[in-house]
Formats: sequence, C-alpha cells, structure tokens
Amino acid sequence: MTTRNMIEAINDAHRVMMERDDDIVVFGEDVGYFGGVFRATAGLQKQFGKTRCFDAPISEGGIVGTAVGMAAYGLKPLIEIQFADYIYPGYDQIVSEVARIRYRTAGEWTMPMVIRSPYGGGIFGGQTHSQSPEALFTHCTGLKVVIPSNPYDAKGLLISAIEDPDPVIFFEPKRIYNGPFDGHHDKPVKPWSKNELSEVPDGHYTVPLGKAKVVREGEALTILTYGTMVHVSLAAVEENGIDAEVIDLRTLAPLDIETIEESVKKTGRCLVVQEATRTSGFGAELATLVQERCFYHLEAPVERVAGWDTPYPHAYEWVYFPGPIRMKNALKKVLAA
Amino acid sequence: MSDKPDPRRNRPALALHVPEPPFRPGDTPDFSSIKVPAAGEAPRPDISVEAEVTFPLCTHLVRVLDDGGKAVGPWDPKLDADTLRKMLKDMKTVRVFDDRMYRAQRQGKTSFYMKCTGEEAIAVAAANAMDPEDMHFPTYRQQGLLVARGYPLKTMMCQIYSNKADPVKGRQLPIMYSDKKHGFFSISGNLGTQYPQAVGWAMASAIKGDSRICMGWIGDGATAEGDFHSAMTFASVYQAPVILAVVNNQWAISSFSGIAGAEQATFASRAIGYGIAGLRVDGNDALAVYAAVKWASDRARTNKGPTMIEFFTYRAEGHSTSDDPTGYRAKGEAEEWPLGDPIERLKAHLIAIGEWDADRDTELDKEIDATVRAAQKEAEAMGILPQQGFDNIPSMFEDVFASTPWHLAEQRDQALDEAREYLGHDPK
Repeated sequence: MTTRNMIEAINDAHRVMMERDDDIVVFGEDVGYFGGVFRATAGLQKQFGKTRCFDAPISEGGIVGTAVGMAAYGLKPLIEIQFADYIYPGYDQIVSEVARIRYRTAGEWTMPMVIRSPYGGGIFGGQTHSQSPEALFTHCTGLKVVIPSNPYDAKGLLISAIEDPDPVIFFEPKRIYNGPFDGHHDKPVKPWSKNELSEVPDGHYTVPLGKAKVVREGEALTILTYGTMVHVSLAAVEENGIDAEVIDLRTLAPLDIETIEESVKKTGRCLVVQEATRTSGFGAELATLVQERCFYHLEAPVERVAGWDTPYPHAYEWVYFPGPIRMKNALKKVLAA
Repeated sequence: MSDKPDPRRNRPALALHVPEPPFRPGDTPDFSSIKVPAAGEAPRPDISVEAEVTFPLCTHLVRVLDDGGKAVGPWDPKLDADTLRKMLKDMKTVRVFDDRMYRAQRQGKTSFYMKCTGEEAIAVAAANAMDPEDMHFPTYRQQGLLVARGYPLKTMMCQIYSNKADPVKGRQLPIMYSDKKHGFFSISGNLGTQYPQAVGWAMASAIKGDSRICMGWIGDGATAEGDFHSAMTFASVYQAPVILAVVNNQWAISSFSGIAGAEQATFASRAIGYGIAGLRVDGNDALAVYAAVKWASDRARTNKGPTMIEFFTYRAEGHSTSDDPTGYRAKGEAEEWPLGDPIERLKAHLIAIGEWDADRDTELDKEIDATVRAAQKEAEAMGILPQQGFDNIPSMFEDVFASTPWHLAEQRDQALDEAREYLGHDPK
C-alpha cells in the first residue's frame, strides 16, 4: 500500500500492466521521454524502452488510427489524448472504426485498446482545456466509458480497462489529479494524502467496469454523479445537512442500472449531477432511465445540475462550474416537491 | 456610400479556380494530352535509395509492357510463365465475378455492388508480389486481393447476399469483406480511415520484430482526407514497413481527380514532401504493378522505410450500382484511355512470349465462367438478401461488445417481440 494521488495511481497502473503484458504499447503527444504533460507516463520509456512507450506526432486522428492498426495486429494500445478537448480529430477513427470493428467483423477482429484523456474543468482551462465530452462517447455504441473520481478507483479501473476485451474511453478529471475538489474554489484544496482513497495497493488489483459505488448511503434522495462532481456532491450534502445517497457511477457505459434503480426506489427522489453542458448531456440519459424505470417510486421530478449550455468560459469559471450554490438550490428543489 | 476613394480599386479582382475535367457528357474524349512515357524508360533505383532520389519517378510512369506486348526495361520483374498465367486468370476471374454480381444486384438479389473494371491488374499483381502473410488494409475496390489470395468466391458472394453463410452475419453492406486469414482487413465505409491503420499495423510488426509488412490502399479522391496526411506523417516518422498505394482511377464518384488536387501535382509526388519514396506506375500494366510492389516490399522488409505508389489507371465503369457516369463524364472515355485494358495487355504479353494462345484463352474464359456460376449457385442456395432479415435476430445484438450488456439484452427481447407481431409467429 502506497499513498498516491490520481496521477501516481494512473502511472502505476501503466507500470503494473506493462510489466505483465508485452503487447501493451503506450504512445501519445509528449508521453515518451518527457512522461506526459501531466506526468501520467513518467518513467515508462526509461523502464520499458522506446518501442513500448513513445512520443507521437500532434495528430489525434493518426494516434487513434495507428492504434487501430496495432490492435488489428494483436497489440494492446494504451494511448493518450492530451486533453479531451482535442479528441475530436480522432473522433472518426473512434466512432467509425474502434467502436465498430468487433461488430462489423463478427468478432474476427477486436479492439482491446484504452484511450486515456484528461477532462473536465475547474482549472481556468478556458474553452479548450475544460470540456466534458463524455456524452459524445456514451452515445456511440461499442464503446465503454469510464471516469474515476479517486486514486484507488483510478488505478483499479484503468487496469480493468486495459484487461477489458473492448475499447474503453478513460476520462480523467484533471481538477482532482492532485486532490479532491469540493467546489469551494475560494478555499485551499486538500491533497489526496489526507484522503483514505489515496491508499493505493501496490501491484495488480482491479475495480470492475460497469459497477457503480455508493459513496454515501442515505434516505432523502439519490444523487447520480461521477468524476469531480462526486466530491462537489458529497460536500453539498454535508453542508446542507441532507441525508442523501450519493452514487459514483464510475462507468457510464455500460451503466450499473441495478444500483441506480435500487437507490432511487428506496429514496423516491433523484438529482443528476454532471459538469458537462446540460442539453443532451449524459444526465439526460440518466434522468430518462430513472423516469422509465422508477416512475411509480418518484415523489418529485428528477432534477439536473449541469454546466450551462455555453462554451466553457475562462473568466467566468466559477459562474459556469456547477458549484455549491447550484447544488444547494437543486437539492432544495428536489426535496421540496 | 462614402466619397472617399476605395484604396483597393486599382487592384485586379481575385478569381477562384474550380477545376473542371477535360470532358463532360456530349464531348468527344481525347487523351492525347496525357504524357505516356515509353515502356522501359523509367530508371529503377536500388531499394535502399534516399526517398528524394525517387522524385523523378513520381512524375514519370513506370511501365514494363510495350505496345507489342514485350516486357522491357529495368523494371521487368522477369516472372515465370506460371505466375503470369495465374495473374491473368485472377484478373479475368475478378472481371467475371464483377459482371455476375453487378447483374445479381440488377436482378434484385442484393442491394448494392461495386466493380473494379479496368483496375484488376493493381490488386491482383500487388497480391502476387507480396507474401501471403503480409497484411492489406484495402478499400472497397481491391476485390482482386481476395481473388488472388484464393479466398472462396462463394464466401465473397455470401457476404454480398448477406445470407446465412455471410461471414459478417448480414451486418455489413455488400463488398465490405473481412478476412483475417487472407490478410484482408475489414473494409469500412468511412474513406481514408484504413490508411493510418495500415501504418499502425506495420509499426506493430516492427515493434514485435516480426518480418511481415503491410500495404494500405486509398483512392485518388480520398487522399484529400486528413487520414491520408496522418498516415504519411506516421509512416515517415517511424519509418514503418508499409507500402501506401494510391489508386488514381481519375474519378471520385462524379468528381475528377483535379478536385482532389491532381491538376497541380501527381499523387506520387506528395510522397517526397514527407520524406517517403514515391513511384508512379502504369496501373494497367500488371508487370509494372508487380515490379513496383516488389521493389517497395523489399525496401520495407529490409527496414529501408515506407514507399508510396500511385497507380495511374481509369475507372472504366460507374462508381457503384447506384451511380450513372453518363451524368458527369463523356461516353467512351474508357475506350480512349491511353493505358488500355490491363487484361488484354497481359494476355498479349503471354501470347508474345509464346506462353498463351487464343484457344487456351477461350478455354480459360469458359472455365472461369463455369467456376463463377457454380460459386454463385452455391451462394444463392444459402439465400439472397430479400430472403434474409428475420433469421437469428439475436445475432444482430451480438459482437457490439464481447458480452451483451443489460440494455442490449432488453432491446434484443423487444426486437424479437416486434418480429413476432410482424410475422405472426415466432421468428427463427
């Protein structure tokens, strides 16, 4: 057991798996010699050599496209897109190729690859270093979408993603790489070392894909969330003295519908919390599923907390980010009805 | 309006150049402006040359077969007669196959087909020049690879009919073949995507210290896709053991190659800017195609780096069964095309060297016709498209993922219920 922040946990998952499986290759922009702009791949090239971990040209389409060819050969590419905001040039390869090759070849070819990418806001990243594009991938059949919220899960989920026979989009909330963020931007952030979830086992372990985690048990309402917003939600619940059940979905696709249903049927109320823009976001799918499957248990309309339907603005970071006030008002609304 | 004089008034007006093909419907095609170098004229550099040394070959045309059917010059691959006869047979088989399947589409037995008439030499000779273990990332117009590698015609047809024996279980549009054993990667409808994939496969082979190489394919039109650029960049950066083919058949559906950039530079010449060796080859000359692919594969296999080859050819027929070329190009272009018909040219060569004659040719045509007809009969016995669609509905929901998640299981059950209601009985 070693105390690790999210980056260290993710780095360790790479190391553990690359030692176990010679077919894993790691590449992306600046991931080789330098070890990545967030240090996620630090030391890997030195340990495993340049043919296992290397720098790539600035071409997301090329990175994903060559990874498809490598997977077709029989390797397991574990690639990085520097920011989720820059994944779009690779989108055709992801949606039209990676996601569909098992289906279109009737299983003759598969795509056991992981596409890692730092995502989310709260870091004054402006329009192109803050986006949360998960809905563009959950909408795409054939992809698994995973978003961890702490170091323990980050390592265990990444190892599961690497071992999974299907392609996984692995979004890492960069706001919480160094410590959990509760939405109070005006207060100092505690490092992960002060949080028990930074106790990360050495070596191999997994956190299963497709399994949500109840991070706080409660009776008053169910909060469905993931990534940074897990911590914002937990803080809001405590600050407002509400006995909410908070569920960290961890995997958005495939979704752990059983845990969701069980919780909402128990509490009768549901709040969906995401950082991404509101319209057609993943929260819309969550709200619809709850409505379809728990309608007769609901005592109030399902509410959504989300980013506004604008591009992510620089100066208005804390007006945009779904913080404590938006959370408080939404909680009040769900509980009042 | 202001009284101030416009400071730009004396400048000439800018003009947008929109390329136009030389001939449109109603015109009489005349290709005398196309420079066709004599066979044997192009020099053949050593396989280890620096990429830039190949620049003159990117505007030239590697040709082996002369007008008299003789193989001439340094690119003559000096193939034995059996290999030449095999290539002739493969090319003829592709053409007969195309004709049968085109007709099957017109008869309503399937929804769609695409011929490669006039381009048969390219895929067939390339397949024969490479090892069977080498990998291809083809487009939808390299059916010759499968034929040359001995893939069963019946299985190709079953894919076209989306029937019970279709290896991709009716999920893909006709001709989107996939076969790992024959080194033929799954065809995608999205153009250009397979080009960087080919580079990645070659990189993987190099990472593993393998000795296999890879060939990626693209048409002239799709070179305009961003994936063309990323493939060339990655191939160059990592010196991937890959051959990147551009099949320049002059047409991307209704757009002539000028719309893809061919007016200002040949496709082959693009290779030089990436530091990749380039060759421009007579695509209707099976011997030139063979020699160029062999040169590039020797180069790749000895870690000398990638090669891009432009195969200069002509799409003799419509883009697909959904296309009518009389709407955008002049009639008779294929007949006027200065590089002729690849099958006739290889046949003339075999006859010129005394390894073929009219009787054997007629005999071969009969044999191929019988083979293709027999395959078609067997394939149709497994069903044609209009009879499919309600067999094994659960298989439609399989292979999205390795195992079926809850939401797909629910949707599968709903689809079965709907089919039951539609059919009035349990679906098979």
